[in-house]
Amino acid sequence: MMTKMVLRRVAIGFATLIVVSIIVFVMTSILPGDVAQIILGQSATPETLAALRKELGMDQPGYVRYFQWLGNMATGDLGISKAGGATIESLISGRLGNTMVMSGLVAVISIPISIALGLWAAMHPGALLDRIVTFGTLSLISVPEFFIATILVLILAVELHWLPSTAYLTGEETFLELLRALAMPLITLVIVVSAQMIRMTRAGILNVMSSPYIEMAILKGVPRRRIILRHAFFNAIGPIVNVIALNLAYLVSGVVVVETIFSYPGLAKLMIDGVQTRDLPLVQACAMIFCSTYVLLILLADVASIMSNPRLRNPK
Amino acid sequence: MQKEKLAEVKDLKIYAKNDDGDIIPIVKGVSFDIHKGEVVALIGESGSGKTTISLASLAYTKPGLYFAGGELLVDGEDMLKAEPLRTREIRGSKVAYLAQSAAATFNPAITIGEQVTESAVLHGKLSQGEANKRAVELYHALELPDPERIGFRYPHQVSGGQLQRLMAAMALCGKPDLMVLDEPTTALDVTTQIEVLKAFKKVIHEENSAAVYVTHDLSVVAQIADYIVVLYGGEVMEQGTADEIINNPGHVYTQRLMAAVRPKPQAGLGSSVGVEHERDIPAIRIKDMTAGYGGIVNGEPKIPILQDINVSVKNGHVVGVIGESGCGKSTLARVMAGLLPQAHGTVELDDVELEGDLRNRRLEELQKVQFVFQMADTALNPKQVIGDIIGRPLEFYHGLKGKQKHAKVMEILEMVELPADFASRYPMELSGGQKQRINMARSLAANPEVMLCDEVTSALDSIVGANVIRLLTALRDRTGVSFVFISHDLSTVASFADEIVVLYAGRIVEQGPTDEVLMPPYHPYTRLLISSVPELRIGWLEDTMQKREMAVGIAKDVEITSVGCPFFNRCPMGIEGTCEKQNPPIRELSSGHEISCHRTVEELEEVELEVQMALGQENADKLVV
Repeated sequence: MMTKMVLRRVAIGFATLIVVSIIVFVMTSILPGDVAQIILGQSATPETLAALRKELGMDQPGYVRYFQWLGNMATGDLGISKAGGATIESLISGRLGNTMVMSGLVAVISIPISIALGLWAAMHPGALLDRIVTFGTLSLISVPEFFIATILVLILAVELHWLPSTAYLTGEETFLELLRALAMPLITLVIVVSAQMIRMTRAGILNVMSSPYIEMAILKGVPRRRIILRHAFFNAIGPIVNVIALNLAYLVSGVVVVETIFSYPGLAKLMIDGVQTRDLPLVQACAMIFCSTYVLLILLADVASIMSNPRLRNPK
Repeated sequence: MQKEKLAEVKDLKIYAKNDDGDIIPIVKGVSFDIHKGEVVALIGESGSGKTTISLASLAYTKPGLYFAGGELLVDGEDMLKAEPLRTREIRGSKVAYLAQSAAATFNPAITIGEQVTESAVLHGKLSQGEANKRAVELYHALELPDPERIGFRYPHQVSGGQLQRLMAAMALCGKPDLMVLDEPTTALDVTTQIEVLKAFKKVIHEENSAAVYVTHDLSVVAQIADYIVVLYGGEVMEQGTADEIINNPGHVYTQRLMAAVRPKPQAGLGSSVGVEHERDIPAIRIKDMTAGYGGIVNGEPKIPILQDINVSVKNGHVVGVIGESGCGKSTLARVMAGLLPQAHGTVELDDVELEGDLRNRRLEELQKVQFVFQMADTALNPKQVIGDIIGRPLEFYHGLKGKQKHAKVMEILEMVELPADFASRYPMELSGGQKQRINMARSLAANPEVMLCDEVTSALDSIVGANVIRLLTALRDRTGVSFVFISHDLSTVASFADEIVVLYAGRIVEQGPTDEVLMPPYHPYTRLLISSVPELRIGWLEDTMQKREMAVGIAKDVEITSVGCPFFNRCPMGIEGTCEKQNPPIRELSSGHEISCHRTVEELEEVELEVQMALGQENADKLVV
């Protein structure tokens, strides 16, 4: 039963990817502007345009190009940047690494902090720290991230001179230097994603806390700490992992503002550049990476919530 | 011999404070004693404060309530003044709690064994190893199946009756001085209730622990209590030994409670319809119907529930459908309503075949078949006022608007005997019984031909439930509506149904006019049901357990089979080699009275004679002694 459900989720994930790939392909195809035109620029004559289009395979019908593109994509051949002539792989690989380092670090820091704070707040609802946490996280969610980033730059870089205000990497930093360089965007992102995860953890736990089996645990003389950690947490895992997954996916794809503010060479910024230069293969590749990340993370979250359900784990 | 005093409740007062700061007394100065090895029953309807008092012995109040005065001493220690840290030590180790719904009070994500032993280990009474050993002993004592391994299972992997007994193990594991049992058998089927009661009684006796038993059911109290405290509106009406209260009730309220005890189901209690509504064609008829869940493969449901069902509901009649939980009662109503399309067979309304799926039924067909759900709490939209709830079907089916609609809402409120100003109230402001009336009023507003009532009285107290039944009867007489009344409670069904359908494991084992079904010869299952209904008599439980059908049938689980008689494994009269291999024939005893059994009518009658003889012999023995 459980294997069946997990396989079903995997199949749905695949189907989602296919649908998204079609959408990405179609949308990028109808973007205004013609790559051949852009490449040739002023020197374009109708003959050279036609020749280049043929060379780029753009005279083929849409669906043929789609399947070629999908096949290449699946085998790891992301194509050649139409704006610069470099391979997309070479453009992306460094950026992807940077993005992964950043989001990995944010995840490692923010997930334990968020769950711990969320649990703590749920253990003492109405206490001072709980009120600080709920009020603080609500304020942070409602403030745009560039604002948080700017404030941090003003305080930590401009006023106190503790940290550099940009996070540009040369590739030759020691680990400590790397951390120092990344500190500002890291702090910003940790604040942004933790706020949501803390709130969801707290809400998820408190929702379960009104169940009769929690009242029973109270009447058995179980201490509140143990009630939350043993009795409530496992029943609240589903919503919590889903919010974690959504936030991690956001870290990979949605951090362009933060990347821009700190001049951090991440993937999201690369995609924006690609859109500006009409570099369709680059945009397509980035879009597919983002989408795969989402699908994969949500899939993992789904599997985690299925696994945490004893009814599915232990059928009758 | 005077037993040693364990606990003392002295002038206990518990008040509630609502959002406006008003103080409402819930328990108004209650006093009684609990002795060691004694079961004290707190009895009364909902709102009498019985649960609140029982929880106070765990130094606990529901949110919004507070201790306003008096003392509650357990071993000389006042529970009302215990510090938070001390209350944690008391709960589970000195005083243990057993809740009404085991299904909701077991944590779904933790194994049964861990939950049973948790409290004893946490309080340092036993090591995990000792606790596990004690748990297994308790599983044995409570006659649970596979006692060595049941602790490794999760709550959803055992049945409701087993879970209820496992909760007793959970309470007893820490060897508490006092157990609080809050309506522990109310949600169970009669056959399961007997089993659980028997196990409780045995284990309370063996452990020599004291218990507070909270219930509204006097017949249950008669089986288990040594001492009875009768409560009404937070005050003690009367208290005394079980013998005094049951056999010689002094207070008017106790007498009223006794009167509301459902009489033993027997012939002659059912009502019958007034002639003016009598018509020949059935209001709703089901022919050769099979239905189930999980989708339909090759014309058969993946998980079959109902098989070969033939039922006909005459116009203006009340048909009671009874059986244990899981037997397919609600599924039958869902098929009639079109909520669950049948795999094969037909549903006819006024001799016209209906589509299986309600989405394909016409508006007037929908209007004629209305469903009344069990839980009024969840069936009524809490954000709508009563006027809107009842007004919606009036508008949807009959296009009534404005003044006309308002007038009709008033008329319907009057029909369900509620005041007109209820139209502007919200469901939250109403009591359980009133909500259930609104729930029925909404169906009534559609002006239906058939009302499908699914366990509509099961969540109500006996007195409130009896009022709802009286109302249903009045509505039937006034409107000529037909009712399909689903219940696991045979006494309720017997008190007002014209016909009874007995379902077992998805098949009809017996159906016919109420008086005939409740008279011998019985189908063996019908007889098991009838003899499982507790009587308001001390010693009934012991007597019943002696009987032959109990010995065979009580402790077994229902098995759904497609071949043979499903009741075979619990039947005292089963014929090995026949019953489990062939579907039983349908024997027609009279027009409309059918029993589905391999035994002939003569054989069924013979058994009845033997029982009567045995009973006569027993009575004769008693006289001699």
